[in-house]
Amino acid sequence: MAKRIVVDPITRIEGHLRIDCEIDNGRVTKAWSSGQMWRGIELILQGRDPRDAWVFTQRICGVCTTVHAVASVRAVENALNLEVPLNAQYIRNMIISAHGIFDHIVHFYHLSALDWVDIVSALKGSPKGASALGQQLSPWPRNGEQEIKAVQEKLKGFVGSGQLGVFAGGYWGHPAMKLSPEVNLLAATHYFQALEYQRQINKVVAILGSKTPHIQNLAVGGVANPINPDSQSTLTIERLYHIKTLIDEIGDFIRNVYMVDVAAIGAFYSDWTQYGAGVTNYLSVPDLPLDTKGTAFALPGGYIGDGNVGSFKAITSFNDEGFKQGVKEGVKHSWYKGDWDRHPWEEETVPQHTEFQDNGKYSWVKSPTFNGKPAQVGPLANVLCMYAAGHGPTKLYTDGLLQKVSALAKTKVGISALHSTIGRHAARAVRCAVLHDSLLGQWQALMDNIGKGDYATFNQPVFPKGEQRGVGFHEAPRGVLSHWVVIQDGKIKNYQCVVPSTWNAGPRNSKDTPGPYEASLVGNPVADPEKPLEVLRTVHSFDPCLACAIHLLDPKSREIVTVRTTV
Amino acid sequence: MLFFVVHCKQAAPIPGTACFIRRRMSDNILVLGVGNVLLADEGAGVRAVEQLQHRYAFPRQVELIDGGTMGLDLLGYLDGKTHLFIVDAICSTQPPGSVVIEKLLDPPAYFRQKISPHQIGLSELLAVAAMQDCLPPSITLFGIVPRDLSTGIEMSPEVNVAVGQVVLAVVKELGLMGVEVGAASR
Repeated sequence: MAKRIVVDPITRIEGHLRIDCEIDNGRVTKAWSSGQMWRGIELILQGRDPRDAWVFTQRICGVCTTVHAVASVRAVENALNLEVPLNAQYIRNMIISAHGIFDHIVHFYHLSALDWVDIVSALKGSPKGASALGQQLSPWPRNGEQEIKAVQEKLKGFVGSGQLGVFAGGYWGHPAMKLSPEVNLLAATHYFQALEYQRQINKVVAILGSKTPHIQNLAVGGVANPINPDSQSTLTIERLYHIKTLIDEIGDFIRNVYMVDVAAIGAFYSDWTQYGAGVTNYLSVPDLPLDTKGTAFALPGGYIGDGNVGSFKAITSFNDEGFKQGVKEGVKHSWYKGDWDRHPWEEETVPQHTEFQDNGKYSWVKSPTFNGKPAQVGPLANVLCMYAAGHGPTKLYTDGLLQKVSALAKTKVGISALHSTIGRHAARAVRCAVLHDSLLGQWQALMDNIGKGDYATFNQPVFPKGEQRGVGFHEAPRGVLSHWVVIQDGKIKNYQCVVPSTWNAGPRNSKDTPGPYEASLVGNPVADPEKPLEVLRTVHSFDPCLACAIHLLDPKSREIVTVRTTV
Repeated sequence: MLFFVVHCKQAAPIPGTACFIRRRMSDNILVLGVGNVLLADEGAGVRAVEQLQHRYAFPRQVELIDGGTMGLDLLGYLDGKTHLFIVDAICSTQPPGSVVIEKLLDPPAYFRQKISPHQIGLSELLAVAAMQDCLPPSITLFGIVPRDLSTGIEMSPEVNVAVGQVVLAVVKELGLMGVEVGAASR
């Protein structure tokens, strides 16, 4: 008999995402993705000064503050046709790259690795065996027996005291956990090391952005970092060299630990290359602009239809008409008034809440489409598009990772394996390595430009009378983010954010086609409906985050999974 | 208005760690305001920190951070701190606008929530800090019970009052620790 499971919340601070699955014979047969909280944050912006919008938008989300700041200033600059000085582009590009590296490392190790790695099993692993395995996999110097043993002792202390801390609530001992105790122990060791390195890279964001978690250095028209090689209070050469040291330190971790761990987990769980593909239309935007107008980029982007990499069509500038015209959002299955598909500039936000209707309205998230079709966004979309565009570093890291997986799995694993739950993790690791190369490249470009005597970081925006429309897009860690602004006489008239998790977590669209989360879950195995680890694996592989952070401390426990038998 | 203080003995630090030895030198205090300022009273913790920064001048041993809704990003700020003051909106049976000041013992009840596996929020941040031996030995929660969590940047009147009370309570607590807090220079 079919069972229905409801997992709510899938995420916590990032907002309330509820996933419903119908399960029959150990497989998901139908799925619904529902945003459980109304955002409507765009309404706060109406009537405000467009130069202030980014300060508000970076508070939309609990995790990705920086990205909303970047997309917002780009939207206003686009509306005004305002060019951005080269130094400002490079500084923004460095913040974007460093933030992406931070986000990808934290996502893999601290938000999703424990879907695959059994911490309790790691207690039984032999440190000697784990160390030998680590040294066989990679030249990383911190795979020594002593360090691994220290991590295991620490874990034993936690488990022994009954205080699992962050590890409470995991599905330890679940039949879908397949790694040996030694592999689990090695991965747990890297979990702890990743905590150190994510802090290192976050310092780059803090130095350039003046402060994290909310950067303060952006401005419509550039950045507020004065550059003067001789002054102590500005961005000096000394500070720039300190940043270079931080960047260099994390490179080895990405290449010799993160990439290797993803390859190993991919090889050990190779059956997961068959699950979770879902929507294989991929949308990605170019990023890291290399000129003042936003017509040349370090990282390409575009659209791939039906998983056919050969069908790639590039998006080439911040003014790309194909992108501007292609994006629409629909509300047939969302808790807003009406049943329409509209362009973000033409949208209205009038809530209309109902009960959860399986065939009607069931989510606060709207349903975005690109040229009428749902699209998956995120590192997988980005990596496939960059690969299709012939981007050198992307090809190098993707092919390298696939070779490593093939060697470990003792079977040829090709690029088609990336259309899967585990493939999204692989693509995120590739993107992290690509971003690290880009970060070094942008650092060098900034140094070279300052060396030429160019210290400009800001162009003053001027708001003419009348109406202007702009879009600012950004390839954020979770995928395509776009902010759409309509300005009337220097004030915001309309503002819409189409965020990555809207693309991925959106409900069925106006043609009743399921969104990427929903489609990716169908066919997933579920060994135990009371412990739907496999559902979490696939949803977590997207790096879910609904842009509506709420952050109340709640001392009481509550159940997150309910199971009922459907008639 | 309800205002109650729970006095508990201070949680013992883990002896023998490098962090422990460094911390005994002098008090280093982090005042961490958390919350989402776009959701009315949810941002009370951040608003309290803004007011503290605006109205007072603090010595170097006190660091004030607007933590927004972040988790692991804040780990670095806990380094070398002897005291952590968390200012946040809290779920409580107390009426809206109540202030709850509580020393959190180790392991605080706040660590034990059964939430989605391995998502990172404030309680996970503290748990990770504990694993890294960098959890400040003394943690005090300055909680404010919200009324309005709808979208908007204005707080409800009672929570506005409560934020003012928390600001004074933080300054008073610092005073009891012998930390000199002055008026902000204008």
